Amino acid sequence: MAENQLGVTRPHDLWNRVLDSDLFYSFTRNPIVVISAIVTLLFFIAAGFAPWLAPHNPFDAASLDLMEASTPPVWLEDGMSKFLLGTDDQGRDILSTIMFGSRVSLIVGFSAVLFSVVVGVSAGLLAGYMGGWIDAMIMRMADVQLAIPAILIALMINGVVAILLPRDMQVDMAIYVLIMAIGVSEWPKYARVTRGSAMVERNKEYVAAARVIGVHPLLIMLRHVLPNVMGPVLVFATLGLALAVITEATLSFLGVGVPPTTPSLGTLIRVGNNYLFSGEWWITLFPCVALVTLVLAVNLLGDWLRDALNPKLR
Amino acid sequence: MIAYVIQRALQAVAVMVVVSLVSFMLFNFVGDPVDNMVGQEASYEERVAMRDNLGLNDPFLVQFARFMGNAAQGEFGISYRIQRPVADLIAERMPATLELVIASAILSVFLGIPMGVYTGIKPNSWLSRTFLVGSLVGVTLPTFVIGILLIYIFAVAWGVLPSFGRGEAVMLGWWSTGLLTASGWKAILMPSVTLALFQMTIILRLVRSEMLEVMRTDFIKFARARGLPDRMINFGHAFKNTLVPVITIVGLNLGSLIAFSIITETVFQWPGMGFLFIQAVGFADIPVMAAYLVLVAVIFVSINLFVDILYFVVDPRLRADKTVAAGN
Repeated sequence: MAENQLGVTRPHDLWNRVLDSDLFYSFTRNPIVVISAIVTLLFFIAAGFAPWLAPHNPFDAASLDLMEASTPPVWLEDGMSKFLLGTDDQGRDILSTIMFGSRVSLIVGFSAVLFSVVVGVSAGLLAGYMGGWIDAMIMRMADVQLAIPAILIALMINGVVAILLPRDMQVDMAIYVLIMAIGVSEWPKYARVTRGSAMVERNKEYVAAARVIGVHPLLIMLRHVLPNVMGPVLVFATLGLALAVITEATLSFLGVGVPPTTPSLGTLIRVGNNYLFSGEWWITLFPCVALVTLVLAVNLLGDWLRDALNPKLR
Repeated sequence: MIAYVIQRALQAVAVMVVVSLVSFMLFNFVGDPVDNMVGQEASYEERVAMRDNLGLNDPFLVQFARFMGNAAQGEFGISYRIQRPVADLIAERMPATLELVIASAILSVFLGIPMGVYTGIKPNSWLSRTFLVGSLVGVTLPTFVIGILLIYIFAVAWGVLPSFGRGEAVMLGWWSTGLLTASGWKAILMPSVTLALFQMTIILRLVRSEMLEVMRTDFIKFARARGLPDRMINFGHAFKNTLVPVITIVGLNLGSLIAFSIITETVFQWPGMGFLFIQAVGFADIPVMAAYLVLVAVIFVSINLFVDILYFVVDPRLRADKTVAAGN
């Protein structure tokens, strides 16, 4: 351990520390969590490398053949082996559109969570550490927002910003507007969690020590308090990712989310829904299955993380 | 207690002022209201006259006060898209939404509570396990996916239920109800189940965890020692003590039922306020959006306030604590 005392950690030491940790032990003991982790990882890989892994490029108009439109999945009559999950009305491969759609859904989900974490944690840190009128003001704002369901706020923001933007920018900016709308709708939760922890940390000795030697309050918040409040925030962020993906899918399903040119899972479900009545169920049901699987896996991971990091349950 | 209620009421008023302000700013600053009303060919003079008529040249606070006054009387101007008073549009659509929301609330309470009590009393039976796995599905499936699945099964594959609309409606005065015709009952079945499923699972899980907790307490053991029958212990003693959190969640979720009815109404093309709102968002119909926002906020805030006050009625311990605290 000589290296460690010098502050140097060799890579395989770090790896051993991970293998030895309580968290890893509880992870390996829980088969459902392992499966969820694998499923989540598969989604990340499929979405992240969609342009290289997808069997077809669904957005290359030249490769589409209308003769192959509305092909059922491969195990049904008339199924084609090159379209595992069938094709939609324009001959796009469903499996490929799902991979590209998950990519959009996950990008929006991650960015929205990042947005609300940055806003919420900053607000919560300020409120919890500073106290007084800053605290009162920030938390009243959070209370007012929490009085109205998040989905409605996201809908409102999305709708209003879309009107404010000039018409030719609406399609290009839609995805950023959506990220901001979902991010804003979720920040109060992170602010509350962070504030609670920050109020506890504020009275600890290490903070007092830092204050006594004259560290700037901003620096105390960022360098000393922030690392100690990130645990619960991490749990919330994991569950928040599932929520953000659902919210994105819901807004896109309602037709106010991402534009059809870069479809997310929600857009695919909305578009496919039109073909449900003519019997082409695979166009909408497979994106539904993908969405639910992704959300379930992330939720199970988040639940496990919450219990595993909760010292009361150890 | 009075201080507490006043504090909650003040908070409710604050929420309403903020929401009205947002909705007022939407109304006046998003796009030009004059442009939205007069069309392309109006002359400059006509526009100026209209601007004066609408009072758009008055100071900000005067305009805001007038907006609040009108809103309090249910006056929200003319819909840009349909060219009819917003108040009429909403009044037409409100019965459909309220019937849907109330049907869902009843479904979720009357199915969720018994299932929760059962899983709390017999946590290890196979039926309880089935309920719990089912509730996990209910939490994970987004509302619109549930709707699509139901439509596929009952409307497309089996063809037994209608996939859209609310069937034949009968007018009772100004209230149009779908609950007096067979087609209306058929039509409300799928939307209300879709909307209820999520709330039901939340109620189930809450009642279950509360029951598990209460069953461990001393007064339940004492009731058993007294030789009381199981039914009396379960319902007379245990269940009664789970009511406070259950009432809170049911009350607060009534608000989110109204919000989520936007999604359900879109899936089933249910002619309610939520569907109207989504169409308004699509067409940038600001008066309708603003009116819906204010209306929903009023409903939420009233429910929150009502639930807060209900606490005191339901739980005598809270009253006792407060009087002791006040006495000290």
